[in-house]
Amino acid sequence: MCVLLISGKSKEAEIKRINKELANIRSKFKGDKALDGYSKKKYVCKLLFIFLLGHDIDFGHMEAVNLLSSNRYTEKQIGYLFISVLVNSNSELIRLINNAIKNDLASRNPTFMGLALHCIANVGSREMAEAFAGEIPKILVAGDTMDSVKQSAALCLLRLYRTSPDLVPMGDWTSRVVHLLNDQHLGVVTAATSLITTLAQKNPEEFKTSVSLAVSRLSRIVTSASTDLQDYTYYFVPAPWLSVKLLRLLQCYPPPEDPAVRGRLTECLETILNKAQEPPKSKKVQHSNAKNAVLFEAISLIIHHDSEPNLLVRACNQLGQFLQHRETNLRYLALESMCTLASSEFSHEAVKTHIETVINALKTERDVSVRQRAVDLLYAMCDRSNAQQIVAEMLNYLETADYSIREEIVLKVAILAEKYAVDYTWYVDTILNLIRIAGDYVSEEVWYRVIQIVINRDDVQGYAAKTVFEALQAPACHENLVKVGGYILGEFGNLIAGDPRSSPLIQFNLLHSKFHLCSVPTRALLLSTYIKFVNLFPEIKTTIQDVLRSDSQLKNADVELQQRAVEYLRLSTIASTDILATVLEEMPPFPERESSILAKLKKKKGPGTVTDLEEIKKERSSDMNGSAEPTSVNSTPSPSADLLGLGAAPLTNSAPPPSSSGSLHPEPADTVHDADELFHKFVCKNNGVLFENQLLQIGLKSEFRQNLGRMFIFYGNKTSTQFLNFTPTVICSDDLHFLKQFLCLNLQTKPVDPTVDGGAQVQQVVNIECVSDFMEAPILNIQFRYGGTFQNLSVKLPITLNKFFQPTEMSSQDFFQRWKQLSNPKQEVQNIFKAKHPMDAEITKAKIIGFGSALLEEVDPNPANFVGAGIIHTKTTQIGCLLRLEPNLQAQMYRLTLRTSKEAVSQRLCELLSEQF
Amino acid sequence: MIKFFLMVNKQGQTRLSRYYEHVEINKRTMLEAEVIKNCLSRSKDQCSFIEYKDFKLVYRQYAALFIVVGINETENEMAVYELIHNFVEVLDKYFSRVSELDIMFNLDRVHIILDEMVLNGCIVETNRNRILAPLFVLDKVAES
Repeated sequence: MCVLLISGKSKEAEIKRINKELANIRSKFKGDKALDGYSKKKYVCKLLFIFLLGHDIDFGHMEAVNLLSSNRYTEKQIGYLFISVLVNSNSELIRLINNAIKNDLASRNPTFMGLALHCIANVGSREMAEAFAGEIPKILVAGDTMDSVKQSAALCLLRLYRTSPDLVPMGDWTSRVVHLLNDQHLGVVTAATSLITTLAQKNPEEFKTSVSLAVSRLSRIVTSASTDLQDYTYYFVPAPWLSVKLLRLLQCYPPPEDPAVRGRLTECLETILNKAQEPPKSKKVQHSNAKNAVLFEAISLIIHHDSEPNLLVRACNQLGQFLQHRETNLRYLALESMCTLASSEFSHEAVKTHIETVINALKTERDVSVRQRAVDLLYAMCDRSNAQQIVAEMLNYLETADYSIREEIVLKVAILAEKYAVDYTWYVDTILNLIRIAGDYVSEEVWYRVIQIVINRDDVQGYAAKTVFEALQAPACHENLVKVGGYILGEFGNLIAGDPRSSPLIQFNLLHSKFHLCSVPTRALLLSTYIKFVNLFPEIKTTIQDVLRSDSQLKNADVELQQRAVEYLRLSTIASTDILATVLEEMPPFPERESSILAKLKKKKGPGTVTDLEEIKKERSSDMNGSAEPTSVNSTPSPSADLLGLGAAPLTNSAPPPSSSGSLHPEPADTVHDADELFHKFVCKNNGVLFENQLLQIGLKSEFRQNLGRMFIFYGNKTSTQFLNFTPTVICSDDLHFLKQFLCLNLQTKPVDPTVDGGAQVQQVVNIECVSDFMEAPILNIQFRYGGTFQNLSVKLPITLNKFFQPTEMSSQDFFQRWKQLSNPKQEVQNIFKAKHPMDAEITKAKIIGFGSALLEEVDPNPANFVGAGIIHTKTTQIGCLLRLEPNLQAQMYRLTLRTSKEAVSQRLCELLSEQF
Repeated sequence: MIKFFLMVNKQGQTRLSRYYEHVEINKRTMLEAEVIKNCLSRSKDQCSFIEYKDFKLVYRQYAALFIVVGINETENEMAVYELIHNFVEVLDKYFSRVSELDIMFNLDRVHIILDEMVLNGCIVETNRNRILAPLFVLDKVAES
């Protein structure tokens, strides 16, 4: 091993050394002399070490695989180690490895079984899942399995479930797995809890019983004398890691309904909170760390349940103590935890009492990540009562804040200032301050927004004009200020022109003094301001025309600037005062919409955290602004709207309308959406929107060939809040397969990620096989949690028999010959019905082709009729189908005739097609 | 879930790495370099949790050796922080006063210990005697 002691030397020397060593090992492996077990082990170990240093290892795999079949534990062990570190899941060696694993699993030797299970848990490829997914659950729940093997088996199953959930069938074992929570061996419980937590997230119903078991296990740990747990006690804290896991598992569920279980859990949580107040049993930091790990997890659970005001307030007080703790780690975690606590209505007020400590943290913390948390918490605890203070403190902090978090603070200040502005002069001051302090970090959204607000509120326009005018006096001001100033003065400069200190000419000269220092877009904006001045202040028209006429404008190298100068100059010369007044009228109010800044912050921080707080606050503060004063939506903007290049900009940045409406009117639970209308639309087409409500949009894209098909289902979260436990399931209705062997439609789906972020879309693939002809369409059932409520909806999935059509072209003669062959009354189904849509021949043709059959031209003696032919492909048989549609324009009726060799098929196709016309 | 478990010394040399999600080898080297850079730049009065990309790093320093664990949001930071210490105590017990050299020369042993404690990104065993049990079996076999 000594050769491997490479330290301190140059990189080149290291590489040289390693290459030499690799060559040496390779020659040993390739040599004629068979290596003994010890040497094999030695070299494999060396390879591992070289791999650690970041060098890829492209040989030795076979040798490692050979070691697997050794009977010596040491050799076998090193073989497994090599494989689990170096072999990735798509290696071609997997089959050989699987063989060795199979032997070891069958060996009944617990040590060997353990190694094999570890290997599956670490590599976890699909082939492994295929080979062992059936076996592992049996090992896990078998009565005679050793504890250590059970532990490995639990984690092994977890891995297989994560990589290939479709291969891990739920079954009898599930209930027995839940009972592992009761196991004597705490290691087994620890492993099982991880497994159950993951399974419960995806199948909450099936693992519901785990709640009461977890509570009783937790209660036994928390309230027991620590001696009971032997070595699972860590520095006098009983089984801290297991407690954390159990508390985590409970966070998959709402508070227990059974009052006894609930009472017991509350008791546990209270005990954990009490223990935090007791004098420590040990001075060692490990003791308090372990205790606090459990405490923080308990607080997470309390916040998750959000139902016990008493516990929430106690949690808040506890975290308040930590805010002043000397351990940085605790302060960090306390700030983070309190942030979520601030959004609970029960504890919001309690959190607010800590405002001074948090502000102090902002000023004194040495660690930027802690300060960042403090900013988050201030943002979360902000409401009308403390907004002015919080905004002032954030502005204060901004002057010295780390560059990495400035932009986010700017966004937060801008949002808070707008949301809690009682007095819009305060709002304008705050934003101008923002630009002054951190102009570089003020994104477009922020200054667009201030302009939108000033334009929409006439009570603040005069003040805004005065303030920007004063701010522009500063010798060096940020370009963003020039933009805001230019825009506002161009609109409302007249409101302050009465004061001789801000006469039109002074305003113009002030703006123009900044002109040459600005970038092209800002200059373009200023040119628009100038032309607006021409309208506002006819007395300075000639001054402005002179500026526009100068070579630096009219012959500017930038096309946009040149064009503006030429056009504005021309406009100011030829247009009458009336026309000028119309063209350059004040901007109409912007439609009220969700703040684009908020959308930006959400994008920056990811949804979830921001949104939740927002939604709740929105409801709480609905009287404050926004919705309270709907501004008239001006759908016909004045011609000047696009003169300022800016008119359109905020629109493109706007987010979808406020999503709170969704949470106010959640879909009633358990509605079955028949959505027949939409369903029938899909009979003749394959792509489109299947379902849409305020929360969710479901889109489809599908393709079919012969008896197979594939459908992509797109679930779009229309809100800005995460969907949790999002589980779509495709159910074939009972008529479809009342007995397994009569299964007509074989559908395979992959589960989707259980969380769907706000605004995000997830995709699910359904593989479809038509085994034999079927009647009912499968049902798509979707369950998820949105905000606090559980949503459940079902829609019919448009997989219909006609999707398996293959068109058949045939001559008139053939057609009628076959038509006659199918003359048995049971083979024909006819329907006479009234037209629901205009009777357009072209549309009808398109629909028949969309239906899947061939459209046969010049077959029917009556050219007004349509005939079609095709074959329905199923796995078991093929069914020829002929159809004939006879329109009667006068009566606005159709007669549709279907002939197939199977009555049920004729019937179904006739039903489906009749709905189309 | 635990994403990876690293032991890196102050010179930036990786002494142990265990990934619980597949990461390409070249990306590993980069990740390890960045991770250690992040840890080295921090002072004692900064907290032991670093937000890094879309996960969190929990780290502890033992002499010249950093142990860094990457976790996602489903893991309890403090519990992982103490897991690191528990791991070191197990090493200490097995090697009686563990040093960096022990780790380098007994890489396979260290791996066994870690695998007994963390499997597939989950904490699986925290009882020191049980963690070491398979290793004692191994040592007994090796002796005989």
